Amino acid sequence: MEKFNTFKGIAAPFNILNVDTDKIIPKQFLTTIKRTGLGKHVFDEMRYKKDGSENPNFVLNQKPYDKSNILIAGDNFGCGSSREHAPWALKDFGIKCIISTSFADIFYNNSFKNGLLPIMVTKDERVALLEDAKDKENPEIEIDLENQEIRRPNGGKIKFKIDPFRKKCLLEGLDDIGLTELHENKIKSFEESRSTKHPWL
Amino acid sequence: MSKTLYDKIWQSHLINEQDDGTSLIYIDRHLVHEVTSPQAFEGLRLSNRKVNSPKRTLAVADHNVPTLDRELGIKEEDSRIQVEELDKNVEEFQIPYFNMNDSRQGIVHVIGPEQGFTQPGMTIVCGDSHTATHGAFGSLAFGIGTSEVEHVLATQTLIQKKAMNMLINITGNLDKIVTSKDLILYIIGKIGTAGGTGCVIEYSGNALRDMSMESRMTICNMSIEAGARAGMIAPDDITFNYLYEKPMAPKNEDWDKAVNWWKTLPSDSGAKFDKIVDIDATKVTQTITWGTSPEEIVSIDGTVPNPDKISDEVKQNKIKRSIEYMGLTPGQKISDVEINTVFIGSCTNSRIEDIRSAAEIIKGKKVSTNVKALVVPGSGLVKKQAEEEGLDVIFKHAGFEWREPGCSMCLAMNSDKLNEGDRCASTSNRNFEGRQGKGGRTHLVSPEIAAASAITGKLTDPRNVT
Repeated sequence: MEKFNTFKGIAAPFNILNVDTDKIIPKQFLTTIKRTGLGKHVFDEMRYKKDGSENPNFVLNQKPYDKSNILIAGDNFGCGSSREHAPWALKDFGIKCIISTSFADIFYNNSFKNGLLPIMVTKDERVALLEDAKDKENPEIEIDLENQEIRRPNGGKIKFKIDPFRKKCLLEGLDDIGLTELHENKIKSFEESRSTKHPWL
Repeated sequence: MSKTLYDKIWQSHLINEQDDGTSLIYIDRHLVHEVTSPQAFEGLRLSNRKVNSPKRTLAVADHNVPTLDRELGIKEEDSRIQVEELDKNVEEFQIPYFNMNDSRQGIVHVIGPEQGFTQPGMTIVCGDSHTATHGAFGSLAFGIGTSEVEHVLATQTLIQKKAMNMLINITGNLDKIVTSKDLILYIIGKIGTAGGTGCVIEYSGNALRDMSMESRMTICNMSIEAGARAGMIAPDDITFNYLYEKPMAPKNEDWDKAVNWWKTLPSDSGAKFDKIVDIDATKVTQTITWGTSPEEIVSIDGTVPNPDKISDEVKQNKIKRSIEYMGLTPGQKISDVEINTVFIGSCTNSRIEDIRSAAEIIKGKKVSTNVKALVVPGSGLVKKQAEEEGLDVIFKHAGFEWREPGCSMCLAMNSDKLNEGDRCASTSNRNFEGRQGKGGRTHLVSPEIAAASAITGKLTDPRNVT
């Protein structure tokens, strides 16, 4: 996985409640056998009109948000199915960070595995960031994972919490499977004792 | 110290725990399907890894298999490639597999229990959020993403943090007409689609003790719609009787040992839960959804809500949007709403009991001329059982289509989908915009309400169909 470095990027105001993974990437795009190439389909139903042209009212079709790297999202972002196609599609579009007050568990987990950082903030902080993002002249926000800090266009800072293990994996671009394989002996002895105790398992 | 069912399973699967609580847990069973696995197998190949424990893995194609003319193969090229990819991967990695033409093929969450692959006390995962279904057996079962699918294939473990314990305690008894689908929709309406976020839900109460495994599975299945990754119900004699002599269940001495162990699993009295929600079963009515989120529920005799009465602006906008998308008007009686499609199927409600209850209502009646109605049994074995009972004949006589097993119109990845503006009474689990087809409108309902609605062409209380 790529290392997650501090970056400054355009934040899009995306204040919709319960954005589900069907909305992020509808099922007709799940038949892919690759992880890449889904960016053009992200938010397909909101993003395109029936004739396939772009819906000008959709925020990610508007300048400067068509180049967004950050979403300021509504509560319970990513609810619904476990499809990892959702973070793949967001990442492929260019989104590197999503800021909200809450995320659905599986989406939250899947994001970290793909170098996409979900940040949880308070309601007030989100309101402030939404206001920042709405300023089309200057919607750039800086994300510093190392120092767990969001730096606003006005120079203000918002601290955020993150699980230390997940932070380390993102910063160093670590592969989970490789880390787990370091525990190979422990896994083997667990399996052996389990097979003795509960042979039917 | 007193422990919950979840605590017990968690602790008995813990291989390693770091100071920050990040844990490595052992996975007993892994179900694999065609949509969320190709990239995981590709990852294994690229890193030259093998599948750690093929015998703990079971694969099946279910999400985009056709439910008609299966012998002709899959028409849609992308879907066909995805299923062929699974065929190749299970062959290469030597994973047990029910292919599309196997009599045991079906929805991954129907076949696991049916084969006895699912058992109490286990950790069970699948790259599908409705894996929560298997928690009905007193197992810890949850959905994972594709990276985690690859992790489990490679190591038979997962990196996790322990979730919170949440108890949903159902007091009193349900009215006879109220089904487990009504109950879970009612619960989601009460706690909301984020109500269980960060939690594993244990459902308890007498009302559950009388329920069949099929009904319990319907409840645990929709835990994800309440935001919880897993839902569980303590195992009891009903669980053991269901599993007895299932093909992959323990046999002989192992069976006795297993039952003795399973009996130790239920939460201890005095076990601590981080959150407790009480549900009064006597207040639960026949419940369906009116909107585009599973929490947007209404009693079958109720009305569409009025957004002007909601003060929170974001919520008000969401409700307005739902009403607009669903083509309803505030205050409209839900039983006046006309439907043109009925779908009986999905991992929520496609088991034999669901098909029997729907058939009971359909018997001797005709589907309304404006309605296209289909039954998609959850597995080849459910279909066979139903046919042995003559239920297929009841459906076909009434004007229902009787299809081959698969996920079908629940997520419309195959050709079973709604067209723009179609309105469906569906026994599935998600009513998101476009879920069953772009522009399609979904009302989540019990099999009984689906059957009654097929006859009248409106969302209908089964008691009003005589």
